[in-house]
Amino acid sequence: MKIAVCIKQVPTREWQPRLNDAKTWIREQDASYELNEPDAYALEEALRLREKHNGEVVVCAAGPARVQQVIREALARGADRAIHVEDESLASADAAVTSAALAAAMADERFDLVLTGLQSDDQGHAQVGVMLAERLQIPHSTIIMEVQIEASRLRVKRELEGGWFQWIGMPLPALLTIQSGINQLRYATLKGIMAAKKKEIRKVPLAGGLAATQQIVALALPTRSKQTHMIAGSAPEAAKELVRRLREEARAL
Amino acid sequence: MILVVAEQRDGKLNRATLETVAAAQALAGADPIKAVVLGQSVGASAQELADAVSEVLLVEHATLAVYTPDAFAAAVQQVVASVKPAYVLFPHTYQTRDFAPVAALRINGTLMTDVTGINGTGAGATFSRPMFQGKLSAEVRHQGDGPRCVTIQIGAFRADAVKRGNAGPVTPVAVDIDASTIRQTPEAPFKEAKQAVDLGQAERILAVGRGIKSQENIAIAERLAKAMAAEIAASRPICDSGWLPMDRQIGSSGQTVAPKLYVALGISGAIQHLVGMKGARTIVAINKDADAPIFEVADYGIVGDLFEIVPALVSELEK
Repeated sequence: MKIAVCIKQVPTREWQPRLNDAKTWIREQDASYELNEPDAYALEEALRLREKHNGEVVVCAAGPARVQQVIREALARGADRAIHVEDESLASADAAVTSAALAAAMADERFDLVLTGLQSDDQGHAQVGVMLAERLQIPHSTIIMEVQIEASRLRVKRELEGGWFQWIGMPLPALLTIQSGINQLRYATLKGIMAAKKKEIRKVPLAGGLAATQQIVALALPTRSKQTHMIAGSAPEAAKELVRRLREEARAL
Repeated sequence: MILVVAEQRDGKLNRATLETVAAAQALAGADPIKAVVLGQSVGASAQELADAVSEVLLVEHATLAVYTPDAFAAAVQQVVASVKPAYVLFPHTYQTRDFAPVAALRINGTLMTDVTGINGTGAGATFSRPMFQGKLSAEVRHQGDGPRCVTIQIGAFRADAVKRGNAGPVTPVAVDIDASTIRQTPEAPFKEAKQAVDLGQAERILAVGRGIKSQENIAIAERLAKAMAAEIAASRPICDSGWLPMDRQIGSSGQTVAPKLYVALGISGAIQHLVGMKGARTIVAINKDADAPIFEVADYGIVGDLFEIVPALVSELEK
């Protein structure tokens, strides 16, 4: 079983956004980065499937040089090797470009199964996985909460809205986008970190001729849709004022 | 021309479809709007839209009776090829997310997802969408000459704002889909377990997020929930970690609620959470990060340490 996991590096949850001078992208030099959380679940699922069905787990990423940080982390958690489509322009690429970059680097590997997170915590297009399936000409399903493999077929539990689920069958090879919470994550051990240093990261240049499908005209802090009454003061003062307002003004208590 | 891809289940259109029609009307200017309804025996759904758009295209085929991404992408591809819209609008549902990226590639179009606002009309329009977990809002423009596909976030436009006039025609459109090209075989949808609690009925909800930090601290929130006579609920990561059961999850993958009072405790307010609760009458946000997106929808906000504020609230309520 040859499994690919596509991962992305995104700003950390604690990151406070700052914009470039043109206000069209973030100031990358101020950001600290981490593994996109849904991708961490996809990686964990791949490692569990390898434990059950043998084979190898290959981490695939499309991004600038700094992405090596999360590739090393994935290798330390147990992935066998990595493919890195490296180009600075990929930092802010849209989903059509990112999926084309990954597809070009991954096609010859003929993976049995490709896993991605269901969306990224930066641009959040939620398109790369599905577009990658189309480019690799394999079937897909999205927002997956359980994966079963029998012979050359998949049976996966897909999350629908409002607490509903559905099992979907499909032949391998296939691509799945993985929902957060599908499993419990493991973290890298010291042994894993040491072993990762010797694992192969194959660098692939970005193919030319990929045209952006969208342009960010402006980035800004969101505007408030409501007039928010901010309540200041010490904790007891703020608590007292909030309870008063909820009782007298909002009549919600 | 703008094409709206309607979504129905068991012959009933969902509210997100009507919201998408409202978005199409905002974008259209003087351009005509058509809607396409896909399925089998879904004529009633098509009729529901007839007075809101200039023409409804009714695409009925055996392969569309049960949703699969392969069949729906093929159908949309064929309809777009025949009516050649400038824009294709979809509701931003889990179903759309499953097949719209394939459809967009096959029609050589561009796809912009999760759109919450439209600026301008026609070809010059730009679109607003959240980025970086709602910390930033982007204004984005399509590039290239292909059809411009857009998915409209739930709740961004109002279903009751749809302008209706004289009913236009409902036109059957034939598609050619070979059943053997459909690779996914779906089984019947099901619910995991009987829901212990229907949060949709709760008057007051106290929801906890990552700011609660550990499972042990859930008890602190439970004391506050008791003091304010509220049901306890959570954002997705809390349920993923198993700190509260999945049936207490609020958001796109959990329950959608509109209680009298919603208190968000240590919840940053990613769009997936906001869509599940922004209909609440009064929203309180308590968060250590003054820039957390949850404050954008809050009526009352306290910036501070929830581990100090929650006990203070409990003692205030118990006075």
